[in-house]
Amino acid sequence: MNASMSALGKLVRTTAFKLSLAYLLIFTIFAFVGLGYVAWNAQRLLTNQFISSIESEIDSLSNLYRFGGLRRLVTSVERRSRAPGALLYLVTTETGERVAGNVGALPPDVLGRTGQFETLYNRTDETEARPDMAIVRVYLLPGGFRLLVGRDIEERRRLQEVIYRAFGYSLLFIVVLGCVGGWFITRRVLKRVDDMTEITRHIMTGDLGGRLAIAGTGDELDRLAQNLNDMLDRIGELMRGMQEVSDNIAHDLKTPLTRLRNKADEALRTASTPDELKSALEATIEESDNLIRIFNALLMIARLEAGNAREGLADFDAAEAVRDVAELYDALAEEAGVSLEVSVEDDLPIHGSRELLGQAMANLLDNALKYGSAAGGEPQTISVAAHRSDGDVRIVVADRGPGIPEAERGRVLERFVRLETARSRPGFGLGLSLAAAVARLHGGYLLLEDNEPGLRVILALPLKAAELPQAPLQSAA
Amino acid sequence: MRILIIEDDKEAASYLVKAFREAGHVADHAADGLDGYALAEEGAYDVLVVDRMLPKLDGLSLIRSLREQRVETPVLILSALGQVDDRVKGLRAGGDDYLPKPYAFSELLARVEVLSRRRASTPNTEPTVYRIADLELDRLSHRVTRSGQEIVLQPREFRLLEYLMKNANQVVTRTMLLEHVWDYHFDPQTNVIDVHVSRLRAKIDKGFDKPLIHTIRGAGYMVRVGQEGDEE
Repeated sequence: MNASMSALGKLVRTTAFKLSLAYLLIFTIFAFVGLGYVAWNAQRLLTNQFISSIESEIDSLSNLYRFGGLRRLVTSVERRSRAPGALLYLVTTETGERVAGNVGALPPDVLGRTGQFETLYNRTDETEARPDMAIVRVYLLPGGFRLLVGRDIEERRRLQEVIYRAFGYSLLFIVVLGCVGGWFITRRVLKRVDDMTEITRHIMTGDLGGRLAIAGTGDELDRLAQNLNDMLDRIGELMRGMQEVSDNIAHDLKTPLTRLRNKADEALRTASTPDELKSALEATIEESDNLIRIFNALLMIARLEAGNAREGLADFDAAEAVRDVAELYDALAEEAGVSLEVSVEDDLPIHGSRELLGQAMANLLDNALKYGSAAGGEPQTISVAAHRSDGDVRIVVADRGPGIPEAERGRVLERFVRLETARSRPGFGLGLSLAAAVARLHGGYLLLEDNEPGLRVILALPLKAAELPQAPLQSAA
Repeated sequence: MRILIIEDDKEAASYLVKAFREAGHVADHAADGLDGYALAEEGAYDVLVVDRMLPKLDGLSLIRSLREQRVETPVLILSALGQVDDRVKGLRAGGDDYLPKPYAFSELLARVEVLSRRRASTPNTEPTVYRIADLELDRLSHRVTRSGQEIVLQPREFRLLEYLMKNANQVVTRTMLLEHVWDYHFDPQTNVIDVHVSRLRAKIDKGFDKPLIHTIRGAGYMVRVGQEGDEE
């Protein structure tokens, strides 16, 4: 009992049920308005018919009186009164005394009125006292006599009754049909929603492979199910991504951790003086600082790849950012005897992170300074450029060094990949991976090209789509 | 200087307390957000070092509540979350500085010392002219003179010197310089900053017998009237 009550409660609370109820109400109102209009029209039509038959009767009787006098009128009225289904007739004297006709009692004053009106009456041939309704007209005959012709409207009343009954039945019919229909529709929807709930609950308990059934009707529940499925796919993707990242990090950190451990171990075994121990400790600290750097870089790459840095993005001018970083590295380049040529187009709006772009640029410039030294002894040049190209901002860092062989260009973007020629120099092999991850986060890409000779790195980031006209105040905040 | 460390990791906290005491400061410790809040509200601390993830009351809420109570003690946020927008969130909550974990203690110490000094000088009382020995920097006219002789600086060099002089007699780390002069928060792995400082030093100190820009080994730089012993 309780269970069925709660099931009913659930049914009543559903949107589908409430909608059915609302429709039911609307239909009922429409049905009533429609039927009411029909009833009213039918009544009007009948009344008009009654009136016109009364009029023609009065016409013919008044003509009889005019040409045949009271005698003929009375004879005719008596005859007509006796015919089956007769109208109502009454002829009276000026003072209201009955002369002929089939109408008995009338309410007082009736004979004084003119025009059509409705009144109660009794027939002379009826024994029961209950008066009926009639529509009548009183005509003043020349000579002071009055002629009343009328028609019983019991018929009309019966019609009314029929219509009212139809009203009642149709109301009952609509309500029953509406409720039953609503119940069926609601149950169908509720069943699908219940199925969805069941499956999602299942998925939440750990079965991430589960998917909602698509009925194939393309209705809103199907679309919802489709969206939920897409969302589940995306979650699965992210989880796999996270899994991969954590596996990689675990793997990638093993090497430097082992190195750190071995160094400490070696110092413990071989160092004998306090000075030796001190320098071994310092080396260990340096090594762990490197480890921290690697860890931070890896974590950053992982986060960029997982795409959850997106919320911190804002609009900024890439031109300014590129100039800033170039200026930051200019002194370092000069120190190394390298001239930094900067050519940056003005006004390059992009949506992204100035901080991350700066970091990526710094990595590229670091690389160019580290590996971009020319084979010969000639003065070295690194060029930094930024310009628009096909809806992108292309930031180009180019050196005149040995470059990277075409076969290796894809590989160096991977984590920890360092070319043989670079092994002797400091670095972890994460700079380009990070720059590539930054590019991907912005919806762009990183491209390595031959600078003939040297390496040209192109960081392409999409220009901010539509430059909003004059809304910088909001967007800045 | 009195420092309150609000950090739930006992080992990290005792390391910090010890290290701050060795550096000559008074350091207290609170192990969760609520204790930390109570201590910070009552005690007269110069700087609060707050971990972001704390039991009972998280770091950012703690800072927000303190600011609502008009406790304006400078706060440095320590966080294992090093993402770009985490810094913004931290500063928006009312933090004054943000240091991602892991960090070098020298970095933390330098930042805490700068923060405690900042408290003493609100923007209104900040002088328009910085003076160290015979070196003068006029923030309004952007003129720099040493012994009355004008030194011409590039705009970025000016900002570098301005920041160093604002924090005279304090250690300023390379990351702090990158943050305040270039507005970037990444770790300058190469010696980019060093080159800029040595350029500045060439303009400021060259030809004068008392150097003013000093390198503090393992930490950063400091502008002060020359003392021997800690030079390169």
